[in-house]
Amino acid sequence: MDLSQKVRLSAAEAAVFSLRSLYESRGYGRFKVSKFEEYDFYASCKSFLMSENVLTFTDSTGRLMALKPDITLSIVRSVGASGEKPKKVYYNESVFRDSGDGNGFREITQTGLERVGDVDAAAVCEAAELACMSLELLRGSRPAVLDLSHVGVVSAILDSEGAGEAVREAVASLMGDKNAGELSRLAAGTGISPRGAERLAGLATLYGRPDEVRDELYAAAGDVPGCAPALDELYSVAASLPEELKNMLRFDFSAAGDMKYYTGAVFRGYIDGIPRAVLSGGRYGGLLPEYGAHDGIGFAILTDLLEDRGGGRGATLVFDGAEV
Amino acid sequence: MMKDMINVALPKGRLGEKVYSLFESAGYACPAVLDPGRRLLFENEDAGVRYFWVKPSDVPIYVERGVADAGVAGKDVLLESRPDVYELCDLMLGRCRMAVAAKEGFVDDASRPLRVATKFPVIAREYYASRSREIDIIKLNGSIEIAPLLGLSDVIVDIVETGKTLAENGLVPFETVVGISARLISNKSSYKFKSRAIREMEEKIHREAAKKEDGLR
Repeated sequence: MDLSQKVRLSAAEAAVFSLRSLYESRGYGRFKVSKFEEYDFYASCKSFLMSENVLTFTDSTGRLMALKPDITLSIVRSVGASGEKPKKVYYNESVFRDSGDGNGFREITQTGLERVGDVDAAAVCEAAELACMSLELLRGSRPAVLDLSHVGVVSAILDSEGAGEAVREAVASLMGDKNAGELSRLAAGTGISPRGAERLAGLATLYGRPDEVRDELYAAAGDVPGCAPALDELYSVAASLPEELKNMLRFDFSAAGDMKYYTGAVFRGYIDGIPRAVLSGGRYGGLLPEYGAHDGIGFAILTDLLEDRGGGRGATLVFDGAEV
Repeated sequence: MMKDMINVALPKGRLGEKVYSLFESAGYACPAVLDPGRRLLFENEDAGVRYFWVKPSDVPIYVERGVADAGVAGKDVLLESRPDVYELCDLMLGRCRMAVAAKEGFVDDASRPLRVATKFPVIAREYYASRSREIDIIKLNGSIEIAPLLGLSDVIVDIVETGKTLAENGLVPFETVVGISARLISNKSSYKFKSRAIREMEEKIHREAAKKEDGLR
């Protein structure tokens, strides 16, 4: 019987294959995780999860288990436990999250990569380059952009203002909304100085290519103590990208308020015609200190979103029955 | 290059008309919009804008899902539905406040959960959680003022404009939860790919809103 066949791949399936091949070519190994983990693990790191809602069940031995809401935490724990660092891995897995829009829990397929341990300047540049290359593979004929920002800029401003936890949370949410109006009114009642509020509002509205926004960015943060390393890092990442990818990069600080999870560079990737970010990630530190792996960088791509593009750019997979 | 068309979701009703006139004076006119009739979609290619009228509480849905690049929604709607959008500027229109109201002389009895009737359960829950007050939410869809009168709830959390409706029902507002006004919102992806057009709209609308505000003073 002849088993050779042609299979039509959907846009999302084709994306997964092309991303795998990209990541493997750069020395990232496939990392396979199971779909569930003991609930206690997530209960201990709730603050890193986007939502406190985790889908749980009891396994045959009576332990409370959770369907994974996040892959990064599992990778960091596993790498920490193995003690072998640094580690470059990629994954293609499902996570289960509360959609938050009344549709209940959803299975979301993610393809992503993580580099755990030993994150230096070159590692940040590599992650940014791979994020751009991933978008380049997925965008088809449509434009794509990678938003880059740095948590260090926002946290240096907040440190210089002596802001407390509640103010930081409010700032993160307002930055995320690009709500410059309310950021500039923060000065009333929160202990943030008018100049500090103006800085934050300036960062929230800033958007554009690195060279276009340089003056604006330095006006908002250039003279803040502790900001310089973050600003330097942003511009050195921008300069490190290959010419053909530079065009894709924008500075946008709306994701840079997320100080619970990220500690350095933050990425968000968009493709024209897809209403949400298809790629998100960044540098994290202090995740799961009890497991020994402190530092890492990575990003995830929501491949399901690629299907929204009305069929998009599929591909044909030909496999030979003899080799299957 | 062809000019980017911005799709704008406007809230149907009285607020929507005020919002449209602000857009008009900011250079985004589309005279057919105000024609009486059942049409819901209007376009002015020269101004680079396409409007459609939708139910006010649906505006964030159209914008979040990218069918509309931008839209105008009340802060109450945004706080209640938490859409994943950018909130670009305050139009300073449709100003009112979200307030707690109760029958005159009401005293909170801390020995039991406070019964709160409201159309805005998310806002009410967050407000009371921030003060560690246990509550029992009673979600209603209208005629909220009647709830304390019939003993259904102790207080209500609702929008107060002039306070007239409350007063007519013997209720008094005694705490402000948050100030409300209309906001210009945009889809996150549209903001990246129609960046110039959306930022220009934001700037013009902001300028026009500030001008009107000054005029009122």
